[in-house]
Order: sequence, then C-alpha cells, then structure tokens
Amino acid sequence: MNCSVTGKTPIIIGWRIHFVLLISRQGKVRLTKWYSPYSQKERTKVIRELSGMILSRGPKLCNFIEWRGLKVVYKRYASLYFCMCVDTEDNELETLEIIHHYVEILDRYFGNVCELDLIFNFHKAYYILDEVLIAGELQESSKKSVARVIAAQDTLIDNAKEQANSLSNMIAQATK
Amino acid sequence: MALSGMRGLSVFISDVRNCQNKEQERVRVDKELANIRTRFKNQRGLTPYEKKKYVWKMLYIYMLGYDVDFGHMETVALISAPKYAEKQVGYIVTSCLLNENHDFLRLVINTVRNDIIGRNETFQCLALTMVGNVGGREFSESLAPDVQKLLVSNTCRPLVRKKAALCLLRLYRKNPDVVNVEGWSQQMVQLLDERDLGVLTAVMSLLVALVASNPDGYWSCLPKCVHILERLTRNQDILQEYTYYGIPSPWLQVKTMRVLQYFPVVEDPNVRRGLFDVLQRILVGTDVVKNVNKNNASHAVLFEAIALVMHLDADKEMMSQCVALLGKFVAVREPNIRYLGLENMTRMLLVADVNESIKKHQAHIISSLKDPDISIRRRSLDLLYGMCDISNAKDIVEELLQYLTTADFGIREELALKAAILAEKFAPNLAWYVEVILQLIEKAGDFVSDDIWYRVVQFVTNNDDLQAFAAAKARDYLDKPAVHETMVKVAGYLLGEYSHLLARRPGCSPKEVFHIIHDKFPTVTTPTKALLLSAYVKILMHSQPPDQELQAQVDEVFKRCESFIDAEVQQRAVEYIILSHKGPSMVDIMAEMPKFPERQSALIKRAEDAEGEPTEMSATKLRQRQNSMALVVADPGSANGGLPPPSEQLALPEPPPPAPEPAAPAAPAAPQSAYANGTNKAPAPASTNGDLLGDLLAPLALEAPPISTPSPLTQSADPGEPLALALYDQQNQIKPIGSIEDWFRALSLKDSGVLYEDPYIQIGIKSEWREAQAKMVLFLGNKHTVPLVNIRVLILPAPHLKMQFSRVPDTIPPRAQVQVPVEVTCLSASRETAVLDFSYTISTLPVNVKLRLPTLMNKIFQAAPVSASDFVAHWRAIAGPPTKLQEVVRGVRPMPVSDMGDLFNSLHIGVAPGLDPNVNNIVAATTFFSQAGATLCLVRVETDPSDRTQMRLTVASQDPNVTYEVKEFIKEQVIDIPFARTPAPTPSPAVMGLTGPAAVLAGLI
Repeated sequence: MNCSVTGKTPIIIGWRIHFVLLISRQGKVRLTKWYSPYSQKERTKVIRELSGMILSRGPKLCNFIEWRGLKVVYKRYASLYFCMCVDTEDNELETLEIIHHYVEILDRYFGNVCELDLIFNFHKAYYILDEVLIAGELQESSKKSVARVIAAQDTLIDNAKEQANSLSNMIAQATK
Repeated sequence: MALSGMRGLSVFISDVRNCQNKEQERVRVDKELANIRTRFKNQRGLTPYEKKKYVWKMLYIYMLGYDVDFGHMETVALISAPKYAEKQVGYIVTSCLLNENHDFLRLVINTVRNDIIGRNETFQCLALTMVGNVGGREFSESLAPDVQKLLVSNTCRPLVRKKAALCLLRLYRKNPDVVNVEGWSQQMVQLLDERDLGVLTAVMSLLVALVASNPDGYWSCLPKCVHILERLTRNQDILQEYTYYGIPSPWLQVKTMRVLQYFPVVEDPNVRRGLFDVLQRILVGTDVVKNVNKNNASHAVLFEAIALVMHLDADKEMMSQCVALLGKFVAVREPNIRYLGLENMTRMLLVADVNESIKKHQAHIISSLKDPDISIRRRSLDLLYGMCDISNAKDIVEELLQYLTTADFGIREELALKAAILAEKFAPNLAWYVEVILQLIEKAGDFVSDDIWYRVVQFVTNNDDLQAFAAAKARDYLDKPAVHETMVKVAGYLLGEYSHLLARRPGCSPKEVFHIIHDKFPTVTTPTKALLLSAYVKILMHSQPPDQELQAQVDEVFKRCESFIDAEVQQRAVEYIILSHKGPSMVDIMAEMPKFPERQSALIKRAEDAEGEPTEMSATKLRQRQNSMALVVADPGSANGGLPPPSEQLALPEPPPPAPEPAAPAAPAAPQSAYANGTNKAPAPASTNGDLLGDLLAPLALEAPPISTPSPLTQSADPGEPLALALYDQQNQIKPIGSIEDWFRALSLKDSGVLYEDPYIQIGIKSEWREAQAKMVLFLGNKHTVPLVNIRVLILPAPHLKMQFSRVPDTIPPRAQVQVPVEVTCLSASRETAVLDFSYTISTLPVNVKLRLPTLMNKIFQAAPVSASDFVAHWRAIAGPPTKLQEVVRGVRPMPVSDMGDLFNSLHIGVAPGLDPNVNNIVAATTFFSQAGATLCLVRVETDPSDRTQMRLTVASQDPNVTYEVKEFIKEQVIDIPFARTPAPTPSPAVMGLTGPAAVLAGLI
C-alpha cells in the first residue's frame, strides 16, 4: 500500500474478451489471439493449462469453466475447440454465440469449413477474426457485412499477386 | 481443402503435419527458422512475396508454441510497405507477435498515424484494427485525437467508424484522458442516433467502458439507450442481416442493458416506465426453443435483463418473477442454463431479500452439488454457502459433508472451509457443531486448519455440558482405522482434559484411554507428540485412586522422551516426570483449563476479510488473486488475499511460529511451561534444575499485581491473534497494559493522551501545533515504588522533521514524573512519523519499546474554507500530474459518505459541503504548512454507491510532493489496514506501516 505509486492507475473496466484460442482435439494450437497484454511466457502457460482442462471435459457438460478468477467459454466444433476467455461478470451465453457467429462466418467463407482449411489458411482465419472482433469486443454482428469486407480484401490481395507476377517480380528476379 | 495460396507456406505446414513426433517437428521448425534467419539477413534479395511468406511462416511457428525471437523488425517493416498485400501481413502479424509493451511498436507510430489520417480506407481499417488489438500507451497518446475524428466524421463509411470506436475504446482503457475532450459526452449522445447497427454496437461497447468508470456526464445517453432497447425488442426497422436466429442483434441488446447497469439510478419516471416495459417483455416472452443458438441468444438477453432488474431495485413482484425464472433454470437438464441459473441466484442473494423464495429450490440446488460437471458443482457450492442460514444450516452442512467424501481434489479445500464456516455461523447447538467439525476432520483432515480445531477446543472448554459428549465422540473417532493427525490432536487434547468424565463408561478407563491415544504416538509429528505428553500427564492426574500400573506406563513414555531430539518434547517429558510424582500438589498445577474469553471466530473474521474485496476488479488483479478463501485461512501471512500487508518488509521478521498456545495455566503460580498443551514456542523460562517452582516463580514475585501483567501465555491464547508476537516475549517480560496501536490512533486525532503504559511506567504526550512547528512534551511517570533506572530516550526523527529535546535524567524516582520538552519543525511534507526509542530497567529487567510519535500530517493541516468559485479556479489552475494526482483506491473501509466527510474534518481536511452537486462526492480543502510556507491543497473524492470499497481520489496542490504525500496519507486513512484491526499488545505493530530509515531501524530491532 505504501509502495511507490507513480502517476495514476488507469481504470480498467472488463476487457471483454481477453484472448481467443483454437485448439484441436489432439491439443494442437490452431489460432491464438491475445487482446489483453500477456507475455510470451504467460501465453505458453495459459495454453498448456487450458488445453489440459478443456480437452479432458466430457461432452455433456456446460460450456463454461472457471479458471484463475476468469471464465473460459468454449465450444467444440468437430475436431476443434473454440475458446474465449472473459471476466466472471461477463455474459457467458453472449460470448458463446460470438464463437458461433465466428464459426458461421468461417463456414460461409470456406464452404463447410474443416480443420484442414484452418490449418492451411490460418492467416485467413486471423484476418476474418479481425473483422469480427477488435480489442476483444464484437465489431460486427452482420455476417453479410463481414463477408463483403473479406471479399474486398481478397480481391485486393489477388490484384497485388497478379501485379507481382507480372512486373515487380520480374524486375526483382532480374536484379538479383 | 483450400491451400494457403502460397506454395512454400503450404509445403512447410504439410511438413510439420507429417512429423511423427514432437522431436521431428522441432527439427523441422528449427531448420525453417534457420532458413528464415539467413534469408532475412540479406534483405536485398527478398521479393515482397517472399517477405510475406516468411513472416506468415514465423507466425505459424510462433502459434505452434516455439520461441520466435527474431524477425520482428522485418514484420514491423512490412507495415510501411506501399502495397495492401504486404501491409496487411505486416499489421496482422505484428498484432499477433507483439504485445503493447514492445519497443518495436514505437518505430511504426508514424506510419500507422499516416495510414489512419490518410485517404485510403483499406489502410485506415488495417491501422485501426492493429492499434485496437495491441493498444499501448504510446499509441494512446499520439493517435487518440485522429481516431476520435474518424469516429465522428460524416464522410467516413461505417466500416471505418466502427473500427475507430473500438480502437478508441482500447486507447481509453490504457489512458482515460483520451476522452477528456470538451463536449465529448455530447458527441456520444449523437453517436447513439447512429442507424448502422454495426457502428452502434461498437459505440455501445465504448459507452459501456465510459459509463462504467464514471456515469456523470453521460446521463443524457440514458434515455437514448432505453429507446434503442425498445426499438430492438419490438424489432422495429432492424435490417434482416442484423437479426441472429430471428432475434434482433442480441449482442447489442446485452450491451445496452450493460450500460444501463452502470447508471446508479433511472430517475425520469417516463424512461423508467419504458425500461420496465421492455424488461417485462423480455422476462415473460423468452421461451425455450429447440434451436440451440436461438436459445442461447435469447437467454443471453434474458440473463442480462435479470441482472438489470436486480440493479434497478425493481418492485417485489418483478423480483419474485426473476426468482421464479431462476428457480426454473436450476431445475433444467441443459447444463448451461442450469449453471447460469445457479450463478445468477447467487448474485441475487447479494442485492435483494430473496432468501426465503430461493430456499424453495434448495433440493435442486443440492442435487447440482452432485453434478458431473465441476463448473456446476462450484456454482452450487457458492449458492448453498450464500443461502445458508440458521433454518437450513443443518441440511446444507450435512450435504456438504456427505459430498466431501466423493468430491474431487480441486474443490475439497474450499468445501471443507465453507462447511466449517457455516457450521460455526449457524450452528443450532454446539454439540452439533462439535460433531460436524470432527466429521470434517475425519473426512478432510488435510484441509482443516489449526484454527478450526482450536475453535472446537474453545467451545468445549467454555461449555461444561459439552465436555463429556465431546470427549466420548473424540474417543470413538480414535477407534477408527487411519486416523488423521489433526484428529489425534483434537482428541488428545479433549481426552486429556475431559476423559475422566467418561471414566464409568465401558472402554473409557484412564488406562484404556491412554492406550488408545498412545497407539498413535509413534506415527504423529513432533508438535503432536508434545501435545500428547500433556494429555498423558492429565489423564494420570485424573485417575483416582492413583493407578500404579498406569503411572508406570506413563513414566516409561516420559523416560523414553527425556532424550528426545526435539527440545520441546524433551522438556515436557522431563518436567512431567517430576510433576507426576508430586502427588496431590500436582492436581493444582494440572487443573482444568479455565474458560476462554469470548471472541469472534478467527475463521469467520478472516473469511469476512477475504470477502471484503471489491467485486469490480480488473482482470490482472483477479489473476493475481487466485488464492481461494481457504488459502487465506491456511496462511495468516496472506490473510488479505492479494494485498500483502506493508509490514512484510518491515516489522515482522518471519511468518509466525506454527501454532498458538490454546491453553493458559489455571493458577498464576503455575509455571508457564509445566502444562503446555500445544506446540508452545513461547519462552517459558526453562530452568529444570533444582527447585523448579521456586525458579519459575521468581519473575512473578514482583510487586506488580499479576492481573496487570498477563503472562505471555494468556496473551497468545486466542487462536485468532497474530502469532508473530512470540518474538517479543523472548525479549521482554513486561507487557503494555493496553494496545499501543489504539493509543497511537487516539493520539492521531487528539493533542494529548497516553502514548504507552505498562505496570511500571506511563508515558504521556502533549503537543501544541502552530503551523509548521510544534511544542511537544513527553511525560514519563514512574508508577512503581522502586526507582526506574537506565532511562534512555532517543528520538529517531523522520527526515522531514527537525526535532530537538533536552537531556533526560538517568533515573526516575518512585512515584515521580519527568517532563521532556521536544521542539518539532516540519521541513517538508511526508507521511512518516518520528519514532521514540525508549528503554528503562526495572529490577534488572531491561525494557525497550519503540513508539511512533503522533507527528502526523494532519496535525499540520488547517482546514481551509474555500468558496465554490475559489475552489474551481484553483482546481482548474492545477493541470495534471505531478501537481494533480488521481488514483482509484480499492479496499476502502466501507462507510457512508457522511462518515467519510466526518473523518476528513477530524483530520483537519475541511469538507466543503454542497460544493459538488453529486451527493456521492466529497470536495475538501486544507492548508499544509512547512518551513517553506503554506500550501493550499484540494481534495476530491468520488465514491461509488454500488461499491463502497472503492473510490476515486484526486488531490491537487502547487507542490508535487505535497500532492503525493497528501494523497497517500488520505489513502492510508481510508483503506482498511488488516493488522490494525487486531489490537496488538506489543510494540511491533506500532512501527508497522511506516517507511523511512527510522522505521526500518525500528523494525530491525
């Protein structure tokens, strides 16, 4: 209490989602996104602890686990577990449906999404997630709207690829 | 199956997937990392495509859990690339690899800012997303105004604005000043008119954070929120794409209701009525449907509505409607709904008087205790704990005990503690309590801390009608196979004291009791062995007529222990042999324990302390505070959860010795060590040679009445007392006759009074403050009939005080008083106090105490009457840190605002009533004097009516040092300091909570 207090303490009001994890049934990590600041060490520890806890849970239990004063909302889709960590006061069902919302968007994008899609296109899973969540808060609840943005991004990247193949690539190769 | 679109990346991923084991995987990954490292080294040859590819690979490797400690520079550099494709990779991977504290982020602030203010919408989106996900103070400082502009802009598309809203939210969390902009709250009101629901959802998230930290200023948002809620629940002009399984954006509904929960009240009757209509509709209209997602979404809204109803303090009817709904939920099969039903019922207990209606659902709640899901069992346990009262305690506690045998390890400790607390709090009768605790020890002995069994002993000792019962029970438990050591302890104690009451029952003769206890002797730890020795000698004493055979057996045990490796056991054995042959005089010495003074249970006290924590806690704090209540009890050192007492570095040399002494000798003539039933580490003057009694009685032969010098044993007799005090016993036999801490506290508000008193001396103090100077007089009075010699008075001044005093005579004659005038000058602001190091000798017994002198800041304060306009002018003139400091203080001792005002006035910080229109706030002003002159100091406190344990404190003055010190001083006054609550009879607490050289010095000695 008497230790040095410098400056002011910011008022931290519930970060909505602290982090998102996708873990396969074998315990392989398929995606991690950290919204609260965790150090590298903490990140590894969190993944290890949580995958142990979640993978060992039976099928007919509830979708919430209490962990280190926080709450992890998770749901299994085929071979993948989608997990989001929130504060204890947060609305669990709402978070559960954010997970489902994300899964539906992935499903539409890939067309019957499966684990392999997410393995080989992990980068796309990342940028789709960025259209659903920012700062751990739900950004867009319209699937259509997200789909439009992603499609636009893909076009931009494809254009870039074509250009790269034609011009700059050749120049780069030539000047090597 | 879609491939990544980058061949090299896909090949690498396949390779990793094809690895047979972890070792192969590591080899493959290391190879790739080496490759990337070399490629990055000669940057020039890299095409943009290759750069992208390698950075994605790095992210993939990182995700697999490998350390990627290079390439950050290359990743960050992609952000500055001109093309979208590279920029995108740069932004995404940066936000995944780096957290807000990373130095590399600084390098790109300019690029990021250019992207945000530039005209390329896609770049804006990338930049906002990254800043929103990573945050960081530097971003916050340099980008907030630009982000704000985007949010309120008329020309930007919704796509950009919703990202801007959430980005701003992130920046706000890092630095609340980003919205300290003229007219910002008005902007928020306008933003709530937004038609695009994507933007509105994002804006609502921002509003939740703003209102949660300070609802003032956002009151005009309240009716708008209610309106939005009406629109959503009536499904009025909501685009199809914003409905989720037919429900108009459940997320927006939930968020809007969250905002409303942060406003203390809804005053406008029209708005209130509208809101209740909406809530009513949600409560009544939510049905269970087949589709899981629809069900979840509608129940997400329903549970939020219930939370809002609780917050609004709705009428009885609506509350019972909620309870009825929750009652339905705790009975359903669906685990999520049942979990939430239990959780919300527990919350409801805290806000409303619904105990009776919740009791109706007790059976279902208890059955959830046996659910296969630990999450549900935890909720059920919490709820049962919360709803327990005198009427249902028996049922609930017995359920908990039954569950204990099958409960898994993760929950046992908590369970045992909760059962113990409930049993004690609501015991219908004491016999039941004793029975429950014995069962608890039998079933979960590992989790029953010493506190709990001390409490049993205390009850039994104090209640004559319980003694035979308890002894019989204890004896029964010893018969069972595999007895827990704690059971041996409690049974040993009880049988030692009371087994003679059972003597006529079969199997309870002294000899039989001795044998049944002694069976356990070889397997127990040393402290327990010592306790058992005491039990034997007691049993022996009670055996009437004396049983020679028993005497011989007990003697043999004592003889064997005479050379025991542990000094305590050895000493007891030696002493008891002699005592047990003293015949009838032994009866006096070994008499039954006297009754304990009634005290609050240490267990409950500590549990309450732990519960007193603020409920609204940051995630980081929660993460630190993983220790459950049970741990709190097990380790007195961390009795207050996350807050380590500040004394840790100072006064207490190490955690207290293991166990307190639960017993005190009956007659004052009894030697302290002759009958010691616990693991007594108190320094009984251990002279076992010659005339034992004569030697031991020597210190008591002084003239002082024994009552006023309670022996060290009675001092530490209560299990709840902090035990560190034993250290003091070793140095000093003279005890103060009161609490030094209490005297000091009284003096902190008064100008004269007692500073210290023991049987021989009284030290009084009188001080007169005039601005920065004080005349202080110490009165040293000898109460005794012999002179006090070797008087030594030292004042260890704090660095901010100049103190002068004249010489003190070496001796104080009997019944005489010596006055010591002290001149004090305050040089600068500091919370430290000076310490008086005082020693004297009485009959060759040296006494030394260190006492804090009441040279507190508040003595130098003078309440400053200021008018509203003066206050505002001064307040505005002082801009920000370091001259104006703000802090959210948590762990505040809960008190009404008026009491806090009184407290401030008593500290000479003059409260200006009515100056702040909000009744939950206090503004006050005071003048602080030092040699440098007077400093006007302004204080503002904003309390939270829903959570009295926290407040926001702002202090402003022209002098940064004064500001800081005053702020800290006020904090010290309002925060509940855990150890200050227990009156402590030794000087060590007197120097707690101090800093500075004097205190450290005092603490070391």
